[in-house]
Amino acid sequence: MGTADVEAVWRIESARIVAALTRFTGDFGLAEDAAQEAVAEALVSWPLASPANPAGWLMATARRRAIDAIRRRTALQDRYALLATDPAVDEDIDPDRIDDDVLALMFVSCHPVLSPEARVALTLRVVGGLSSEEIARAFLVPVPTVQARITRAKKTIAAAGVPFELPPAGERRGRLGGVLSVLYVIFTEGSTATSGDRLLRPDVAYEAIRLARTLAALQPDEPEVHGLLALCELTAARFPARTGPDGSPILLADQDRRRWDFSAVRRGLAALAKASARGLGPYGLQAAIAAAHASAPSVEATDWDRIVVLYEALGRVAPSPVVELNRAVAVAMASGPAQALAIVDELIALDRLPGSHLVPTVRGELLARLGRRPEARAELELAARLCANQRERSVLLRKAAALG
Amino acid sequence: MPKYMLIMRGTDESNAAMMASIEEGIARTRHFIEEMMKAGVLLGAEGLDDPGQGAVVDFSGEAPVVTDGPYGETKELFGGFFLLDVASKQEAVEWAKRVPAAPGSKIEIRRVPEEDEVPQDSTVQR
Repeated sequence: MGTADVEAVWRIESARIVAALTRFTGDFGLAEDAAQEAVAEALVSWPLASPANPAGWLMATARRRAIDAIRRRTALQDRYALLATDPAVDEDIDPDRIDDDVLALMFVSCHPVLSPEARVALTLRVVGGLSSEEIARAFLVPVPTVQARITRAKKTIAAAGVPFELPPAGERRGRLGGVLSVLYVIFTEGSTATSGDRLLRPDVAYEAIRLARTLAALQPDEPEVHGLLALCELTAARFPARTGPDGSPILLADQDRRRWDFSAVRRGLAALAKASARGLGPYGLQAAIAAAHASAPSVEATDWDRIVVLYEALGRVAPSPVVELNRAVAVAMASGPAQALAIVDELIALDRLPGSHLVPTVRGELLARLGRRPEARAELELAARLCANQRERSVLLRKAAALG
Repeated sequence: MPKYMLIMRGTDESNAAMMASIEEGIARTRHFIEEMMKAGVLLGAEGLDDPGQGAVVDFSGEAPVVTDGPYGETKELFGGFFLLDVASKQEAVEWAKRVPAAPGSKIEIRRVPEEDEVPQDSTVQR
């Protein structure tokens, strides 16, 4: 077995191993360290001799490393005595309990005591099974930065005494929202890269979708989990049509809809149906908007009135200037650019999105549709100056130039 | 991300072994499907009925010729599939090793090409 085989087994097993070991030792940081030691050993020994049961090997080795670590801690003699008498190595995973333990692991790695960056790194590492190198590549940061974030996060969790358990009923919904927002941050990094020269990073988006599927399987009664999964699937369905052969972005209006991934659309609609059974939250509403696009044969044939209504609902449950801006775009399609411009001008008057390239981008488009070309050009040039993604910037400059 | 299909290829012997303890086989398969769902990798799965109940449409001649019954003489008939969304071929292989397949059967692992590997009409027109 080679490195890729070790990584494949680790991908499948990491969350279960770290979860089971955290349950077993009561120490998340120790469990994570022990699991990482086991992978490091596997990378050395599996190429020489493949174990008959790779998953069991990883679990047993991680457990031995955890016991070694506890042995070194003199203050924990009683726990050591308990571990030393426990003979079950391969029977660690209690099938009735492991699902809750994996869920508890997600709650720990997305815990509010951690910084947003630490939550992302820790979730990808312990729940997603990614290496520090893979996480660094995903977020375009140096490997030592990722390692430092993870080390700091483990210390923070220990210092704060974060318990390894499902949050109590009263906090459950709010904490679940925290987990969802971590997955959403990972997804958006893949669907609109905040930096770099590529618009889409499907491999990053994939990690979020995979984690959202896991969460949906573990929390099937939570509508917003299905809402987030639906949003991710429906957004990712458009990836194949969103960039040209040279990597430049293609706007919705110009996309070849035959290139959309229709099996992803189907999965997204199925997830949305589960979400909408009990009323839509912010993710479900965004998914419903994505579904309206995904079900339309063209921009003209899109149900823009429905999209306006959905944005209004989204603005009520999760008010934000970005939602207002998107509502303006939908209003422009449903009722014309003049009404939309009023919404955008109000956002500017209240300075709700300072420094964002999105406001002048939309304003420029609306002015162009109203025939106010010099003003439109100035707005698009402003947008290009504010935009950090090189691909988007060149599209904006092209549009500005076309306005003469 | 790469998608892989795990194609179940049963033999008369493995199918007989499966049928001998069908309830256990179904329970184990159901558990395996749940594991893949919880890992976030399962996109689809179907099992096929007795090939003797099917038909074959043969395009060798000018008009398609329909024959009732199983396909050809092959010993390893296509009996069902799992469609997985995984990070690597190795991960697909690792999942395949965990399929509760009956002794004597085989699993063929095939990659589903990405959308941009398939020739596009629009590219041809340009």
